[in-house]
Amino acid sequence: MELTVDYIQERLLENFGEEISFFLDPYDMLNFETPKEKNLKVLQFLFDDEKLNFRFLTDICAVHYPSEKGRELAIVYHLHNLRDNVRIRYKIFTSIESPDIFTATNIYECANWMERETYDFFGINFVGHPNLKRIQNVDEMDYFPMRKEYPMEDQTRIDKDDEMFGRGGSVI
Amino acid sequence: MSDLIFPNIKLPDGSLEKKTTTLNMGPTHPATHGVFQNILEMDGERVISSEQTVGYIHRAFEKIAERRPLYQITTLTDRLNYCSSPINNMGWHITCEKLLKIQIPKRVDYLRVIIMELARISDHLICNSIVGVDTGALSVFLYVMQYRELIYEIYEEICGSRLTTNIGRIGGFERNFNDTAFSKLEKFLKEYPHVLKEFEALLQRNRIFMERTMGAGPISADRALNYGFTGPNLRAAGVDYDIRVHTPYSSYQDFDFKIPVGTTGDCYDRFLVRNQEMWQSLSIIEQAYQKVQEFKGAEAEVFHADTPEYYLPRKQDVYTKMEELIWHFKIIMGETKIPVGEVYNSVEGANGELGFYLISDGGRTPYRLHFRRPCFIYYQAFNEISRGCMLSDAVIILSSLNLIAGEMDA
Repeated sequence: MELTVDYIQERLLENFGEEISFFLDPYDMLNFETPKEKNLKVLQFLFDDEKLNFRFLTDICAVHYPSEKGRELAIVYHLHNLRDNVRIRYKIFTSIESPDIFTATNIYECANWMERETYDFFGINFVGHPNLKRIQNVDEMDYFPMRKEYPMEDQTRIDKDDEMFGRGGSVI
Repeated sequence: MSDLIFPNIKLPDGSLEKKTTTLNMGPTHPATHGVFQNILEMDGERVISSEQTVGYIHRAFEKIAERRPLYQITTLTDRLNYCSSPINNMGWHITCEKLLKIQIPKRVDYLRVIIMELARISDHLICNSIVGVDTGALSVFLYVMQYRELIYEIYEEICGSRLTTNIGRIGGFERNFNDTAFSKLEKFLKEYPHVLKEFEALLQRNRIFMERTMGAGPISADRALNYGFTGPNLRAAGVDYDIRVHTPYSSYQDFDFKIPVGTTGDCYDRFLVRNQEMWQSLSIIEQAYQKVQEFKGAEAEVFHADTPEYYLPRKQDVYTKMEELIWHFKIIMGETKIPVGEVYNSVEGANGELGFYLISDGGRTPYRLHFRRPCFIYYQAFNEISRGCMLSDAVIILSSLNLIAGEMDA
């Protein structure tokens, strides 16, 4: 039998009941959300279930929504059932003050670097991660650059004397 | 103690007492083929464990993309896997078209398939010949380089550039393929099978090459999936996952081709899978070229979709027609709003599933754009698959994984 969106929805509701909320994306795949404490339970359930069989973690990334108080950071998991070729998107939200999330490295080996990257750019603290340190940026960096409060440099600024990049300084 | 022996060299404490050697491979080392570092812990000549450092050429593409209108992001995608940038470009256009709900004419799809498969051939060709170099066969690499040149000449004819192509636009191509492009393609299709056969003859049953690559860096299908392997590396481990077949994009369903798979996932299997994929790509290009030639009359001139909101009008129309002038202005100034939505779209890149996760909040630029870069994800497995192998094998494993620093660091 083909794995349908309705069936996935039904199974998730059966197991997680009230805590799960769905929103169907008109573009591509089933989206759902749970409280952040549940993330490992949900991922493990999706991994273990014989029928659902979401055993391939495509990607982990984070999104920053500064205006949504108490749930500023979203962590997005893209999961893939390779056997039936179904993708789902699972989101959890956390406040920016205590961005603690359980790590998925025990389920998916590949989550290791994805979580390190997410930590590096958004400062999400993956509890239980074996080696949570910066991966793309320098270790000394003391902020999380992909958060929205760090805008990119104004391209029209002229106060910076930077000969190499042809901005400011003397115009010949 | 180390102070007494090497007064000028500051060694970490305990370096001399321990039984193993720490060896730095990279960041700039001829064997890494890119800027990334491997800190190997060696027992004699065997690798016990390794630690990877990436990020030396991190350029914050995801941050930059948050300030650019969609069409300006294409140039960023060029610089991910720069051995096959047309695939990245097309992947990005297809993602945008999915968000903007643009229907693409068949002819454009086929032209895109031609370009993408050419890019796949050039990428696999480089990767496989580099494996040859690392096993000590330099001549193969130099020999096939001139045939990659033919592919680059075709790109040049279509878009004007060679490595970072910025090929195509949202909705199609910037111009129709000219006759020179097609004649160069014909030349390539005629000459290349012979070269590929020769390339295979030089390496495939070469005893030295086989001894060096067989059993080097094997991975089981189960571990490969757990490590997020995709592309030829996953197929070498025996999983027939190919996005071109699983979720066809750009009319791949119209073509007849096979997915080559390996069994052990070692360097030799990865090499064989890439070689077979080049044959399949050649056959796809031939089919696509045939389909392109079947279009007659006005249909044979179609090279973009009819979406004035996103597709730049012709320059002469901009100067003479009011409406075109308005569209041109709106697109160039980035005034066109993107519809609200979230899409994930992936294409079969030359080294795996290249995904684009695009979130739009209705502004002019993406709210968030995330690239799923295949080699960033599967490079983690290097520690596991290189454990216990010789140093010279570690070098081959690195090159046969097809790691591209530009893609890893984004």
